[in-house]
Amino acid sequence: MRTKMSPMTKREERYFYLFISPWILGFLIFIAGPIIASLYFSFCNYDVVTPPIWVGLQNYKRLFLDPLFWQALKVTSYYSLLSVPLGIILSLVIAILLNQKIRGLVWFRTIYYIPSVISGVAVSLLWMWIFNPEFGILNFLLWRLFRIHGPAWLMSEEWVIPALIIMSFWGIGGDIVIYLAGLQGIPTELYEAAEIDGANSFKKFLNITIPMMSPILLFTLVMGIIGSFQVFTQAYVMTRGGPHYASLFYVLYIYQNAFQFFSMGYASALSWILFVIILLLTLLIFKSSPLWVYYESTRER
Amino acid sequence: MLGSRKRGEFLIKTIVYILLIVSSIIILIPIFWMLSTALKEDSEVYLFPPEWIPRKMYPSNFVRALTFLPFGRYFINTSIITFLSVVGQLISSSLVAFGFARLNARGKDLLFLLVLSTMMIPSQITMIPIFVLFKLLNWVDTFKPLIIPNFFGGAFFIFLLRQFYMTIPIELDDAAKIDGCSYFGIYTRIILPLTKPALATVAIFTFMWNWNDFMGPLIYLNSREKLTLSLALSRFTGMYGMTAWNLLMAASIVVALPCFILFFFAQKYFIQGIVITGLKG
Repeated sequence: MRTKMSPMTKREERYFYLFISPWILGFLIFIAGPIIASLYFSFCNYDVVTPPIWVGLQNYKRLFLDPLFWQALKVTSYYSLLSVPLGIILSLVIAILLNQKIRGLVWFRTIYYIPSVISGVAVSLLWMWIFNPEFGILNFLLWRLFRIHGPAWLMSEEWVIPALIIMSFWGIGGDIVIYLAGLQGIPTELYEAAEIDGANSFKKFLNITIPMMSPILLFTLVMGIIGSFQVFTQAYVMTRGGPHYASLFYVLYIYQNAFQFFSMGYASALSWILFVIILLLTLLIFKSSPLWVYYESTRER
Repeated sequence: MLGSRKRGEFLIKTIVYILLIVSSIIILIPIFWMLSTALKEDSEVYLFPPEWIPRKMYPSNFVRALTFLPFGRYFINTSIITFLSVVGQLISSSLVAFGFARLNARGKDLLFLLVLSTMMIPSQITMIPIFVLFKLLNWVDTFKPLIIPNFFGGAFFIFLLRQFYMTIPIELDDAAKIDGCSYFGIYTRIILPLTKPALATVAIFTFMWNWNDFMGPLIYLNSREKLTLSLALSRFTGMYGMTAWNLLMAASIVVALPCFILFFFAQKYFIQGIVITGLKG
């Protein structure tokens, strides 16, 4: 027999749903509905003007034979595989340096975060100018400091992705702030105890810092990978996917199909594949996390 | 023995400072380069080797860059979209977060899990059907598609505000209830006034995202007089044939300036927002 709820609890429940109703509506209109619609479109030929025509698996078959789909996947994975882990290592190193009881901590933190404040098109234009092979500051510095003739960067099939990876390091300020807060939250007793046991700096880093930071690293890894698969503005503004498709990022290819070729059905199929890839990667990271992520609450068991 | 250890520590500290200063300089070079280019004369931009500091400053570049396109119009457009988005996000996210933090109901935990999991959904999957929806409503080439979705709460902000609300003692609610305060009264008179810093964080991040948003305006806005700053800036490159880098940099600085100013005045809230979502995630 179910226990009857008191009128007060019932009233509270009604108010709960009232308060969260904007989100429920938003979820239905802007998330759940569109996801279902997108799945339907992915089995259709659809140009927005005329009604969708059911074509079954045709879009998905076309996708596997489409060299540009594979190119987009390759470009995006290449970028993701390098920019995310290297960015994490770089921000962790800087956060550790900042955590050495130094003076001017707030100033340094501000400087590292500044680039994250200006984002989007302005940053893309700035880096286009920096990467300019003839008059840009980067190749000038490479020549002045190391006597290296810099590559053509954005105009080179080989160097366009490395260039965009370098540019991505400019925006690691957010991660630095997160890591620094995490490092400051590690109890100093842990380090003191390790010192008594005769641990050196490297051992302390490996056995205390890394395990204590691992939940935060997990979070930034997942968010970083999701973000890297959604690169768009840089690709659209700086290279338009070129030269010769060398920077055809996945989302740029979706955009082109949807809003330039008006193949909404094919673009929907592409976005479903993206969704599945991100889902699988996230699951993979979470499934592997018990191997390398350390949670304090499990220690006590 | 003690002396050598001290010397070692001094050495390490010195290396730390050198690394921090060098990396800070690397971070700042692009910004310096942007400002320096913006102030250069047209021909000096294409000088090799480049000059770090312009021989003669041309602040008039800013006027030229801003009068070439109706930047005033675009500034107003971007401000309207951004301001209304901030208002929508503040109202809706705080209401929803209040529900999740202060009220009990069956299915609440499951729903909250759903809120969190929507953060992992790439927006590209919903992009096309939402476009179709707005097209059916005849909202394409208006600001509505960029503003209205902000009135339904953002998962990220709901999460952030809920974390803040949870830190306020629930006894305050109970006391208010005894005094005859409604749930809505608790929300407006207790929770909102006590969490102004959290609301500031939400406002700042919504401002930044909408001010800098590119894909949204690119998809929805077509008419010349309806562009946002980001969109106008991206078209600027095509118009000048990508040659007038001094003007491009000047325009970029103007577009980025509001975000800069906001950051310097409200740095505390930026850091707070990043840390809370990063650490509790």
